[in-house]
Amino acid sequence: MSTYKMFFAGSGGQGVLLMGQMIAQAAMLEGKEATFLPSYGPEMRGGTANCTVVVSDKPVSCPLIYEADIAVVMNLPSMDKFEPMVKPGGWMFYNESIIDRKPNRDDIKAVAVDLAARSAKLGNDKVANMVMLGEVVRGTQVVQPETIFKVFEEKFTGKKAALIPLNKQAFLGE
Amino acid sequence: MITDKVLMKGNEAFAEAAIRGGARLYFGYPITPQSEVPEYMSRELPKHGGCFVQAESELGAINMAYGAGSAGGTVFISSSSPGIALMQEGMSFLCSAEVPLLAMNVSRGGPGIGGIQPGQADYYQVTRGGGNGDYKIPVFAPASIQEAVDLLYEGTDMAQYWRNPIMILADGMIGQMMEPVRLPEFKPVLAPNEIAGKRDWACTGYADRGGDQNRRVVKSLRMQPEKLEEHVEKLFKKYAQMETELARYESENLKGAEIVFVAFGTTARICREACEILASQGIKAGLIRPISLWPFPEKAFDEIDFSTTKAVISAELSMGQMITDVKLALNGRLPVFLAHRTGGMVPTSPEVAQRAKAVLEGLK
Repeated sequence: MSTYKMFFAGSGGQGVLLMGQMIAQAAMLEGKEATFLPSYGPEMRGGTANCTVVVSDKPVSCPLIYEADIAVVMNLPSMDKFEPMVKPGGWMFYNESIIDRKPNRDDIKAVAVDLAARSAKLGNDKVANMVMLGEVVRGTQVVQPETIFKVFEEKFTGKKAALIPLNKQAFLGE
Repeated sequence: MITDKVLMKGNEAFAEAAIRGGARLYFGYPITPQSEVPEYMSRELPKHGGCFVQAESELGAINMAYGAGSAGGTVFISSSSPGIALMQEGMSFLCSAEVPLLAMNVSRGGPGIGGIQPGQADYYQVTRGGGNGDYKIPVFAPASIQEAVDLLYEGTDMAQYWRNPIMILADGMIGQMMEPVRLPEFKPVLAPNEIAGKRDWACTGYADRGGDQNRRVVKSLRMQPEKLEEHVEKLFKKYAQMETELARYESENLKGAEIVFVAFGTTARICREACEILASQGIKAGLIRPISLWPFPEKAFDEIDFSTTKAVISAELSMGQMITDVKLALNGRLPVFLAHRTGGMVPTSPEVAQRAKAVLEGLK
């Protein structure tokens, strides 16, 4: 591995920023360099949200990216915007539950994830982003799944610790 | 794997660094993109026995800082561009009265209320000063969260040592992003009676001075022109010393470079990537990254390889402000060009690389 550049995009409330943060934190725990840059503005629930994450073995020169090795898109406007920015041979993970078109590119690895069905099966639609995170991490190996579990332990403390098994289940696609 | 780093948002790391550096007084008013600084301070500073005040405005905040600093407090304030503009009168007063202050500008696009995306168009404001009179404020521009943390940590002592405001200028991107950061140890904090002893100019009140009845006066009013001139000349002796001691920079790949970028903060990181793009196309590009904006690190420009370098590009998130200092430092030795976006727009590294190629092409 040298450098992974990633976009995470969707609408506010879908948990795209958390996915990006968790990857950055996991990368740090693995001793790698990482940056997380959220779009910021007069944002609100239901508005657009996206972030860029760069994970690398060497210091990250620039947190801003204009092309990605991995794009994670949670709704149609995000796929329209970020699909063209995936490098040839790169990955795009998309939320097929609400994106009613197929990818336009045939030179990228596109992975459809039915987040609505998968999270309904888990009985909690709030873990949809963890289902997606699992697909991304297990698919690309950008960080190790075990490191994400360490991040869960750091993020979910106190009462929230009870949520770890459900999030692991969502992450592992069980 | 074990790491001693934490993943922190810039603004929160800035606040934590100021606390660890010994700042126990914070006065501020929320403004994007630095509102997480006062938010963090309001939550964390009281846990360390400090005091957070949300002022009625930035005018209130800077004058509270003036008062608290005069009394020997270790004060940190922060704001963003238009808020820092409101504080300029106070900055002039603090410089005149020689009151220490650690200040931070997480800058955004201007002029006016402008926008909330990253900008560097406050270069003139922070390096030339928006207040009246002859004064100088050392300004440091970090390019990463770690560097910002280290500068803020050092800045509390630096402000006391020089008895002057110290400004840290980080653009909104560095405030909003997250990076792994290694936090320094907490510095010991002075007790009130120790402040009276160590800060032997501060208006601490007689009670803390163990019987010392000498009056201490902190002021910026000097009605007699002879006295004022004498005072300003004394200040400028201090500023001359700052110029020799505080100029800081980093340079990369200057030997054999065809073209050299000069950039600070976020823009320096973009230029670093532009250098890699140019190298992959067979063009050797170097980078001078001023860390101190005042004093401007003129020495860095003597490191340029004048046998190979054909032009220098000042890359900025403004219509071109630092370029003035770049030209002064080069003093006609090389042609200087600008690569810029403004208003909160940030160029991509290929855009900057393309600009460098166009400049070199134009010189043929």
